[in-house]
Amino acid sequence: MTAHHKMDEPDRRNRLDAMAQGIVGVGMDRPDGPEKVSGRAVYAHDGQVKDMLHGVMVRATIAKGTLLGIDEEPVKALPGVRAVLHGPRFLRNPAQGAAGEAPVQGSAEIAYFGQPVALVVADTFEQARHGAQSLALRYDEAEATVAPGEAEAETPEDKQSATGDLDAAMRDAAFSVDRTYTTPPHNSAPMEPHAAIAEYRDGKFTVRASCQMVKYNLDELADSLGVDAADVHLLSPFVGGGFGSKLGISAEAVAAALAARELDRPVAVALSRPQVFEATMRRSETRQRFRLAADADGRLTGVGHEVLVSNLPGETFSEPATQATPFLYRGENRVIGHRIARVNRTCAGSVRAPGEAVGVTALEIAMDELAQAAGVDPVELRRRNIPEEDPSRGVPFSSHMLEAALDDGAERFGWSDRPKGGTRNGEWLIGCGMASSSRVNLLNDSAARVTMNRDGTALVETDMTDIGTGTYAILTQVAAEMLGLPPDRVETRLGDSDLPKGAGSGGSQGASSSASSVFLACERLRCEIAERAGCAEEALTLKDGHAISDNRQQPLAELLQEPLSAEGVIHPGDAESRVRQASFGAFFVEVGVSAVTGEARVRRMHGSFAAGRILNAKTARSQCLGGMTFGIGMALTEELMHDPRDGHIVNRDLAEYHVPVNADVPQLTVNLLEERDPWTNPVQAKGIGELAICGAGASIVNAIHDACGVRVRDLPATLDKILPGLPERAGREG
Amino acid sequence: MKPFDYIRAGDASEAVDAAADGATIIAGGTNLLDLMKHEVMAPGRLVDITRLDLKRIEDMDGGLRIGALVTNSDLAADMRVRRSWPALAQALLAGASGQLRNKASTGGNLLQRTRCYYFYDTAMPCNKRAPGSGCGAIGGATRLHAILGGSDACIATHPSDMAVGLTMLGAEVEIMGQGGATRRVPLTEFYRLPGDTPHIETVLEPGELITAVILPPPAAGAQTYRKVRDRASYAFALVSVAARLRLEEGRIAEAALAFGGIAPRPWRDAAAEELLCGEQPSEALFVRAADTLLQGAEAQEGNAFKIPLLRRTLTATLSQLWKESSQ
Repeated sequence: MTAHHKMDEPDRRNRLDAMAQGIVGVGMDRPDGPEKVSGRAVYAHDGQVKDMLHGVMVRATIAKGTLLGIDEEPVKALPGVRAVLHGPRFLRNPAQGAAGEAPVQGSAEIAYFGQPVALVVADTFEQARHGAQSLALRYDEAEATVAPGEAEAETPEDKQSATGDLDAAMRDAAFSVDRTYTTPPHNSAPMEPHAAIAEYRDGKFTVRASCQMVKYNLDELADSLGVDAADVHLLSPFVGGGFGSKLGISAEAVAAALAARELDRPVAVALSRPQVFEATMRRSETRQRFRLAADADGRLTGVGHEVLVSNLPGETFSEPATQATPFLYRGENRVIGHRIARVNRTCAGSVRAPGEAVGVTALEIAMDELAQAAGVDPVELRRRNIPEEDPSRGVPFSSHMLEAALDDGAERFGWSDRPKGGTRNGEWLIGCGMASSSRVNLLNDSAARVTMNRDGTALVETDMTDIGTGTYAILTQVAAEMLGLPPDRVETRLGDSDLPKGAGSGGSQGASSSASSVFLACERLRCEIAERAGCAEEALTLKDGHAISDNRQQPLAELLQEPLSAEGVIHPGDAESRVRQASFGAFFVEVGVSAVTGEARVRRMHGSFAAGRILNAKTARSQCLGGMTFGIGMALTEELMHDPRDGHIVNRDLAEYHVPVNADVPQLTVNLLEERDPWTNPVQAKGIGELAICGAGASIVNAIHDACGVRVRDLPATLDKILPGLPERAGREG
Repeated sequence: MKPFDYIRAGDASEAVDAAADGATIIAGGTNLLDLMKHEVMAPGRLVDITRLDLKRIEDMDGGLRIGALVTNSDLAADMRVRRSWPALAQALLAGASGQLRNKASTGGNLLQRTRCYYFYDTAMPCNKRAPGSGCGAIGGATRLHAILGGSDACIATHPSDMAVGLTMLGAEVEIMGQGGATRRVPLTEFYRLPGDTPHIETVLEPGELITAVILPPPAAGAQTYRKVRDRASYAFALVSVAARLRLEEGRIAEAALAFGGIAPRPWRDAAAEELLCGEQPSEALFVRAADTLLQGAEAQEGNAFKIPLLRRTLTATLSQLWKESSQ
């Protein structure tokens, strides 16, 4: 039994609200929580496979050129070393998200400093690492381009647009902003490094890896190896964070599989922390020019957003920094420009809300500048500029919760009673700022199978992943709700390529897509049960393991002679083009800036968000806390530093790549607003994983301006950028 | 990590004999193990001194004798230190993380290596790691680097917070050589400037072991340690200031200053201290002291901000101590 559903029309049935148990939405604990905190959850590199060898990747140490030779013999002579592998199937860089095919392959051509070009395999990890560190590579070095500003830039036609006359709008504007903002490269920096254990037996590969999107990763891995996908079994039941860096298959999984086949032994390969920085995806640096034209009331008449990003030659991905600009605010005269510089730097790909994380952040700093220029309260300015419909596509919004989020956030933060900017607390200057948040809402094809057993248990199966986000919890909740079972009677199995192909985790569509597939499978099961109970599905109540209809109550077990199984498949449809779908939110923050040193620290921060139906209040809130924390990092500390000469990444560890530590993160508060958006999917959930980073950094940068009058347009707002704008004499404390 | 031999010293003389024989001493290992994993350092033999009787903090001549194996956490928590040498406790707690401080030793903290990015990356030239290979930092990323005391061969900074506090407090290092004889070296003379030999960082001779750090009796006046960094914790100092001021009848009778994050060693400048002594405190005076300190500062593109930052931080720190002394 398979139920397909394509989202062509709005689904206004609110089926989940009509269910009897009230399990969906509550902050249920993760069923996988005890396994994780007690160390029993087996992550990719945790497995102990008999006779396993260890491989360590070797990097190129030039920015561009040809690999002429590898001095293998001295390394092969080291104790324990089994092999030195390299060749045409090694990945230059990871696959881009949802590629479904191999990325650029081959050890011979080097495109960036840090490119993995060889694998040393040995009996122990330590032997392999020493072998890798000892391997000498010979190159024919070519001249590299490492600075995006000096590189040739492509201007793809399909990424440019213009309507109306922005130049005229700027000329005629009562108030305008024309500023350029820059953001540095970032790395996802997941706690669990990229790792894989591969086995090869009877012509088939089994690979345990750390993956976000198994259905694509399976195809990417098979294509990289040059085998049929049917001959690869990919497992990724637990993932210790991905943040975009595990969207596509990466070098270690392919190298481990090649080595396992070559050596006829299981091989484990994990990237070291420096390799995670050098050889996975970085977020491109961005240079973003914003032009905002407004009338005397601060109503936008024009919006221009032109960006320069970078990537390796040949990569299709380019940081979609303008993604939310076409619809977030009104304005009839619009320009979108997008250029891509081709550079020899670590591959650019998806990192924590690609597009809006940096694009909305820059827009929201520009909006703060406009509010200042127009003398309008920043919240009010945004309220005045909420469009009636998508101003670029001319289609209605499926649902629009920005105003609600602004009002709710302002109220909870106490925006109207905020301290006056520049208020002193000892040497600290206090300031407040705010910003809107928005992220496009996506839906992906996703399938799941749900099986009801006679003992009153159910099994949910999909290759969907849980990258720390809470997938195990929400799919368990949806199935339990729909089938009238207690959640502890529902088991969810994930991350196995033998299971129905789920959406995968990425782009904040995983929860809504996979939950929809589970919903559809359960709906199909309900129809079957209703038929057996002799009632219409809509008249059937399933609760506490019983089927209830027409005042008749029957244990579910009595209706099941054998296990009952159904598959549900959700497909995106015309809803995507008929309406504009997005999640919205608002940030409010108070910072302190040291009048002595320019150090900026967040004192309190609030976010109000609307992301459709909240499937689990606890895991949804955690996602928002994480996003806001990323926002603190983006605003204040995070910057991947490239050496100006060869482009190599200088700060390759967590001591020098500054993600926020606990002391940087004050008490954060989150409020999730009720929303039912019928256009999104049958469960009416919208993307929440990335929403709370999109614009978060802007609220902090705006608060810094409020505190000390310094407008930072080049992130992160480290003290050296604030210091020159502070008064010469900090004055005595008091 | 290169394979290595491991021996455990039963007493100090075994340790110095092994060290004289070329072994590298390991205590907490919080820095050395990382360096070995990345083969930035590749000792053929380690001698583990963690079983030696060097874990006590003892009263001595009105001051303290701090065993080389006293952990950073224990030292920071010692009531005598907190009461009488508060700048040291503050400096210790400003460094690393709770987990690292539980493991890191007093002697090891003094001998930790620079955090220069180019020292850590074995593909890069580094005169400290590979003498004669050049300096990768000059012309590269220099946010962490020195504005005072560097050379054309090396502009790396010493990363310790504790050592800055100890330097300001006038601490000495107790060193044992072969045969068990000990000598004492003031911390101000313990570290060498890089010159042409940045790989030689201290006056320790092969086969010498730090056995203790000696704190002189508590000095009067107000003292503090202030660290400025890129995030609120777990980041090395961009600049740090350890300072003590003693006022007498409205004038500065004594001033002791030491600085971190700006030089290859904890930096002390006698001229800046002398300039303060005998004067009535004022912000203008503090700025003059900072100007004296910063005479001859040489910045790279990436660390030029340290000059105004240090001036402001020193001025504010002295103002704070002045205020405390006046209350």
